[in-house]
Amino acid sequence: MGGATDILELLKKSKGRRIKVLVAKLGLDGHDRGAKVVARALKDAGLEVIYTGIRQTPEQVVETAIQEDVDVIGVSILSGAHIPLMKKLMELLREKGLDDVPVLLGGTIPIPDIPKLKELGIRNIFLPGTSLKEIIKETLEAALERREE
Amino acid sequence: MTTQELDTLIDKAFQGDRASIGRLLTYIERSPLDASRILNKVMGGEGGGHVIGVTGIPGSGKSTLISKLISRYKEQGLRIAVVAIDPTSPLSKGALLGDRIRMQEHATDPRVFIRSVPTRGVKGGLSFSGVAMIEVFDKLGFDKIIVESIGVGQTDIDIMNLAHTILVVTAPGMGDEIQALKAGIMEIGDIYVLNKSDKPEANRTYAYLDFALETGEIGSEKLKWRPKLIKTSAALGQGIDELVKAVEEHLEFIKEYGIYSEKISARRRYMVRLLAEKLFTEKLEEIDEEIDIANRDIYLEAIKLINKVVSQLG
Amino acid sequence: MARLFNEETLKIIEERLKKWEKETLPKSLSKYPLRQDSFRTHSNIEVKGVYTPLDIRNMDYFEKLGLPGEYPFTRGIHATMYRGRIWTMRMFSGYGSAEDTNKRLKFLIEHGETGLSLAFDFPTLVGIDADDPMASGEVGVCGVSVSSIEDMEIIFDGINMGEITTNMTINPPAPVLLAMYVATAEKQGVPYDRIGGTTQNDPLKEFIAQKSYVFPPEPAVKLAMDVVEWSVRNLPKWNPISISGYHIREAGSTAVQELAFTIANGIEYVRHLINRGMDVDEFAPRLSFFFDSHINFFEEIAKFRAARRMWAKIMKEWFNAKKERSLWLRFHTQTAGVSLTAQQPYNNIIRTTIEALAAVLGGTQSLHTNALDEPFRVPSEFAAKLALRTQQIIAFETGVADTVDPLAGSYYVEWLTDKIEEEAWKYIDRIEMMGGMIEAVKRGYPQREITDASFRFQKEVEEGRRYIVGVNIFVEEEDEEIRNVPLLDINQKEIEMRQRERLRRLRERRDKARWERSLKNLKRAAEKGENVMPYILQAVKSYATLGEIMSTLKEVYGIWVEPPIY
Ligand SMILES: Nc1nc2c(ncn2[C@@H]2O[C@H](COP(=O)(O)OP(=O)(O)OP(=O)(O)O)[C@@H](O)[C@H]2O)c(=O)[nH]1
Ligand SMILES: [Mg+2]
Repeated sequence: MGGATDILELLKKSKGRRIKVLVAKLGLDGHDRGAKVVARALKDAGLEVIYTGIRQTPEQVVETAIQEDVDVIGVSILSGAHIPLMKKLMELLREKGLDDVPVLLGGTIPIPDIPKLKELGIRNIFLPGTSLKEIIKETLEAALERREE
Repeated sequence: MTTQELDTLIDKAFQGDRASIGRLLTYIERSPLDASRILNKVMGGEGGGHVIGVTGIPGSGKSTLISKLISRYKEQGLRIAVVAIDPTSPLSKGALLGDRIRMQEHATDPRVFIRSVPTRGVKGGLSFSGVAMIEVFDKLGFDKIIVESIGVGQTDIDIMNLAHTILVVTAPGMGDEIQALKAGIMEIGDIYVLNKSDKPEANRTYAYLDFALETGEIGSEKLKWRPKLIKTSAALGQGIDELVKAVEEHLEFIKEYGIYSEKISARRRYMVRLLAEKLFTEKLEEIDEEIDIANRDIYLEAIKLINKVVSQLG
Repeated sequence: MARLFNEETLKIIEERLKKWEKETLPKSLSKYPLRQDSFRTHSNIEVKGVYTPLDIRNMDYFEKLGLPGEYPFTRGIHATMYRGRIWTMRMFSGYGSAEDTNKRLKFLIEHGETGLSLAFDFPTLVGIDADDPMASGEVGVCGVSVSSIEDMEIIFDGINMGEITTNMTINPPAPVLLAMYVATAEKQGVPYDRIGGTTQNDPLKEFIAQKSYVFPPEPAVKLAMDVVEWSVRNLPKWNPISISGYHIREAGSTAVQELAFTIANGIEYVRHLINRGMDVDEFAPRLSFFFDSHINFFEEIAKFRAARRMWAKIMKEWFNAKKERSLWLRFHTQTAGVSLTAQQPYNNIIRTTIEALAAVLGGTQSLHTNALDEPFRVPSEFAAKLALRTQQIIAFETGVADTVDPLAGSYYVEWLTDKIEEEAWKYIDRIEMMGGMIEAVKRGYPQREITDASFRFQKEVEEGRRYIVGVNIFVEEEDEEIRNVPLLDINQKEIEMRQRERLRRLRERRDKARWERSLKNLKRAAEKGENVMPYILQAVKSYATLGEIMSTLKEVYGIWVEPPIY
């Protein structure tokens, strides 16, 4: 698990360049507690966070990622519609040539769905109970890896 | 980035590839050098973009109002860019960029491009990259370039003065805030907007603002333009037509009086000045250690410091 | 006046306590130093080691407690409580299409259930049709999809709506769903006075927590109160509103915030109805509440007791209610979904048991217990059954239901009840100063308070200052079998396609002129500020869809986008 020192290390590595993250609530559920707590934690860790608000379509999320040119996309879904929504999102990202932007997903995701989601190309899946530290660490790692490419 | 890569990127952006536009803006944010290379390619001549600055009391409905303006301009077949400025936390250096939330209904429209810009420690407002972005949007052929600022501080006033048309947004029952701002942004508006006029106290605030405008307590006549007061409810979509009309009238006015191009020159001068400040302060911070405090004559030491910075920048 | 303790007794206790603090306590402390610097409830209330009569020294029995079934109802709204009737064990769940739901309801009725509960999918909850582009992928996922009266007719096909009651968890679209329900019952020939059930219909908590808002706060409240007014006057058996703290708590609030914001919402509704010219005793008996029961055991019990006392006082002293029933805070409870963990999921049974026990000791009228697999999927039948059995064991084996309010008189519980009430009043005072909950919500005040509280809680857990077994203490490298059980398989795509097709046909078939007229009338009524319920009923009968009716109202009322709060 990522300790505070790991995070500091990662932040050092990113020196000079700001990391920009999109935090998006995909679908119709309004359970934004998790998304907001994460958005705030990422901000406190020194990242620039674009929060879309609730009820976003895959099209909106992808377009926002394009306009803001974010380093990472974090999605939160608690409605149970994660498979069709993420499928659509990943398709659109590919279509628009954004397949290099890492996508992280959080929410109440049934274990049997995880392999399917990974197959879609989602980098990390955070289940309830994941610590903020870990989410920050994974987000930073995802952002930095992409840059090194 | 090689020059060739940069050229390709610029080409694609000009062909309307949105991902390339997004990336171009990122280069502008990340490195002054890249920014100036990009601007070298795109600047010059006079763009056709009408820059509208939206400032005012925090929470008065600026973003919501901009969203409504976008809808109207879209109906007219125009292309709209938004530069939405949000403050950066001085502690963590992180930022939560929230203006966008209210404009998300336009996110997928090919005629609209919205970009959030954190202040990144520039006190009160728009940084160099923000102004540079306006320049790029202008060259990319956006008809309306709307800048939402955070509505506080001197810098905010400076920036707003670079816009062709300045909207100052207030809301009912914000008497105290209005008082507090009187000395600042309350003076710079071309158009004053009383938003949230669906609220019961709206009439009272309207009367107050009307009187204040009349007596010159707020707003100041610039040449022959008398600042206007428009009542809107962004939430219910009321008064937007009137607002759009007033904005167009102002645009015609400044064109007629030749202020239009003047503003563009001023904007570009300001951009260069901001870049100079940015480069200077960054270098200054770098050589902070070298400051000699043993030297009693701090004026001389300061001059020495300036020379050092200059020689290193050169 | 019935002071519990006289000065003489208190003085003796005080002396002994001082002596105890000087002599007995230090001895113990030197051997067993405290585990923590301080002990705090979820609401951040500091808890002492020992409570004595001194902590409730001024308590007047009748002012603070009274007898069960008597003002201020701290000990319960009924004299007999569970000695007469056990609380209602109300469990609800969601299921795909209208046809599936119909089958499921019939199954439940066959097994003797008469209180049905409808969970809706997200498109229905936010008032859009199944064929709206925004609905894609969500139709029928978390509940049944209802876009028009046709769906309602299918759901209740072959079910006598005069013999059942139905609980509908629905908020901004509540007037539309109620209209569909009523129109369907009417078609069955059921008279209005036999239509029974509940609509949640609590818009303010949507802004604070649940976030399935549609309209801005003022029109949202107006619309919800249209439902209350119309129901009170037309459907004598309908509970038109369930003022809900549950979602506020689940969004990360503290117990005190849950209590305060819920009561403040109730106050706003009561004011609105009185301002309409209704008599408080006409509608107050029909208001009901819905709370969360979380894991911090005594705090929850104290919260329920304080809630009853506060509401009774508010109704009596602020609003001059005369009828006894107007003073009752009747409530449904659900155990805390957020307290459950995906890690070591069997632990959730124990959590739910403790939370259910708190609800019962707090005097709830009905209870839903969560299934252990809730954190990661739609509950399996086995898990749902265990949850129900939990309630049955509490009711019939433990004996806790055999006496009324058994914790009354505990120095700690009474002190905590007072303390929670005191803290809740502070919030209510602040909200009153802002001009009521509508104003507070617009300023983002309760939203911000909750966001801060949930952030603080999360941090405490991560820094190990608050423990959750299996999460930050007694952690196991597990990958339990149970989490791999396949999902309840609903064929989402098929349901969505069928719903779209049904809507397409409905739009083609309906009488266009009549449909158009009904929406026009609705719009005009909304503009004039009339009670829109009769017009919605008309629109529903003219086959206007949920989405169309909501869009018509949006044109008049506008929509809500919340102030950014993190
Ligand atoms: N009643 C009413 N509320 C409005 C209106 N316009 C905006 N609001 C509400 O006012 C709040 C703030 O709106 P924003 O558009 O975010 O205001 P802003 O000035 O951009 O805010 P900052 O960028 O945070 O300074 C939101 O809750 C809006 O829904 C209006 O015309 N009437
Ligand atoms: Mg804004």
